Amino acid sequence: MPLNKSKKKTPMPAQKPEVRRRNFNEVALGYTQEDAVNEAQRCLQCKKPGCVQGCPVQVQIPRFIKLIAERDFDGAIKVIKETNSLPAVCGRVCPQEEQCEQKCVVGKMGEPVAIGRLERFAADWERAKGVKTPELPEKLGKKVAVIGSGPASLTCAGDLAKLGYDVTVFEAFHKPGGVLVYGIPEFRLPKAIVQEEVDFIKKLGVEVKTDMVMGKVLTVDDLFDMGYEAVFIGTGAGLPKFMGIPGENYLGVYSANEFLTRINLMRAYSFPETDTPIKVGKKVAVVGGGNVAMDSARSALRMGAEEVHIVYRRSEEEMPARQEEFENAKEEGIIFDFLTNPVRILGDEKGWVKGIECIRMELGEPDASGRRRPVPVKGSEFTMEVDTVVIAIGTGPNPLLIKATEGLELTKYGYIAADENGRTSREGVWAGGDIVTGAATVILAMGAGKKAAASIHEYLQSKK
Amino acid sequence: MFKILERKDLAPSIKLFVMDAPLVAKKARPGQFVILRIREGGERIPLTIADYDAEKGTVTVVFQEVGKTTRELGTMKAGDLLQDFVGPLGVPVEFPHHKKVLGVGGGLGVAPLYPKLKMLHEQGVEVVSIIGAKTADMLIFEDEMKAVSDRLYVCTDDGSKGRHGFVTVVLKELLEQGEKFDEIIIIGPPILMKIGADITRPYGIPTMVSLNPIMVDGTGMCGGCRVSVGGETRFACVDGPAFDGHKVDFDELMKRLATYRDEEKISADRFQEAHECKLTGKIKEAERDAAE
Repeated sequence: MPLNKSKKKTPMPAQKPEVRRRNFNEVALGYTQEDAVNEAQRCLQCKKPGCVQGCPVQVQIPRFIKLIAERDFDGAIKVIKETNSLPAVCGRVCPQEEQCEQKCVVGKMGEPVAIGRLERFAADWERAKGVKTPELPEKLGKKVAVIGSGPASLTCAGDLAKLGYDVTVFEAFHKPGGVLVYGIPEFRLPKAIVQEEVDFIKKLGVEVKTDMVMGKVLTVDDLFDMGYEAVFIGTGAGLPKFMGIPGENYLGVYSANEFLTRINLMRAYSFPETDTPIKVGKKVAVVGGGNVAMDSARSALRMGAEEVHIVYRRSEEEMPARQEEFENAKEEGIIFDFLTNPVRILGDEKGWVKGIECIRMELGEPDASGRRRPVPVKGSEFTMEVDTVVIAIGTGPNPLLIKATEGLELTKYGYIAADENGRTSREGVWAGGDIVTGAATVILAMGAGKKAAASIHEYLQSKK
Repeated sequence: MFKILERKDLAPSIKLFVMDAPLVAKKARPGQFVILRIREGGERIPLTIADYDAEKGTVTVVFQEVGKTTRELGTMKAGDLLQDFVGPLGVPVEFPHHKKVLGVGGGLGVAPLYPKLKMLHEQGVEVVSIIGAKTADMLIFEDEMKAVSDRLYVCTDDGSKGRHGFVTVVLKELLEQGEKFDEIIIIGPPILMKIGADITRPYGIPTMVSLNPIMVDGTGMCGGCRVSVGGETRFACVDGPAFDGHKVDFDELMKRLATYRDEEKISADRFQEAHECKLTGKIKEAERDAAE
């Protein structure tokens, strides 16, 4: 196998920034077969691969890359799917630069092997051909309930179905997929891909019930009464945080959750063809520095905003957003106001936002997160004129199901306390994903769903 | 999909649907609401539960044709299916050991008032009610309210039935006459609840209102329904929809309700146009058929 000694990743074709900033189509277009083979040949096939350790679900990375280099794409996707059930999703939204690619030896001398892009290629190759349903084992005659349908739940449900359990997924929204559907925008993760993943677990025999707000329409106790022998809770971190500053209830101030849900789930970009509206003004400020802030800012641009700012109280270095998303946002013309913190939102007499009063910040001593704490610069207040504000400063646990479930131990931040296998304080109840860890990544949630599925299997096998 | 079992036209623009929704019916309690969506691409709208029957598995909702979605809903009939019907959402209302309660309902607000008073009546609480509407033919739930009230006052804005004037006028009179209540429940348009709460405040009588701000998910996820109650931000969907009327910032609520006024008009006009086209199309078809 020839080795490609290029120091740089094989570039992935993408929509040009000046074009994509006004449409919701996917930004990155994916590798061609030639691109993929070319990139796969950069892999050194390390005997002790660091990349695998860097992957929360231990995808056998060198093995699948070797198969791509040998043009055995079917073989490659098979290897990935041994441990990752949502590769088309992960290839797009995983922070590879902090995981597998960070550990890549090639990366020490230049850019690491583009593991994420190759994973995406293999997954898309299979999708284009039509995913085959694996042969299903004999049914075990045991029912498991999975609450929520985001990445943790889909993974848990899929794994349990493959073992022969009768799995029912309960989703509160009218459409399954959780954050993959309501949160992550179409231009980063096409909804058709999420739908295919949901269709796939349905083919495995999983029943997906939508419109089921658990804790309200049914409780965990009801589920046990209905004959479910184990319950997995993967309800995510869906409670929006506000800043608690004056003026947050002015018209035109959105939580990122509302802003993105209106656009992604309710398809407000097609209004009035669809019925859910959204108001995006000429000048938008998004408060926050994570991926959700990037998604909100880039969505605002695509909704027709003339100028979009990201207002972040720390500096570029501390920003939690993925480098790639930051680059994409910059290319599209998003303006970054670092070391800037809103202190008050200003409104007009009708209650509409007309500006934000901000204060400049400087970095002081490191705080609990290890990052340097931003401190206000006295007398540096200034007003930014904007007509839309999106608050993307994080989310907390939604208490709806938790409050309705007795005997569930919580962490001090209100998340569900669970051990490394997702076991909670209540017998027969597991939890995983953001509802345990707080807002994290798709791949970590998947990993949690996977471990919980294995643990549930063990529990139900021993329980006769 | 959820089936409309029965449709009743309560007033020219007010309709009642009895929905087949056994799981919702089983858990529903007074004060809770549902979110429904007519079809794919439709918006999610909250409607307060007006009645429910756990045994029959039915949930009753009442709506007024105002915007596009409610107008479209108004074209549907028994046997038709709704795409989504989610609930029961919100916190059920609970009353301590009351002896005497006053219910005040204006317009469509009489519908969500009814299940609360029905529960109180069944608990043996003395119930006095004041209901009203713009005109006699806009008045809803009069018989139902009569059945659960020890005393019922009816008002119309134009005097076409009962007392001539607003429900708040009767409310004021009763209090001025010195009648005592353990709690007063006021449900109707925000302005009515605001005025009503202002009337009861000097008497120090606990006053419950039920809010209906703009919502998307109804599960606490978006925060679009946030209201200021006693200076704190609360989410009407998961903390309400019932709140202490003396603490609600109604001015803010009314402003926020107007967020999408322009868009609501665009949607409603488009619906109207499409609907009229259909109608004129049918008339033309009929004319053509007649000519043949």
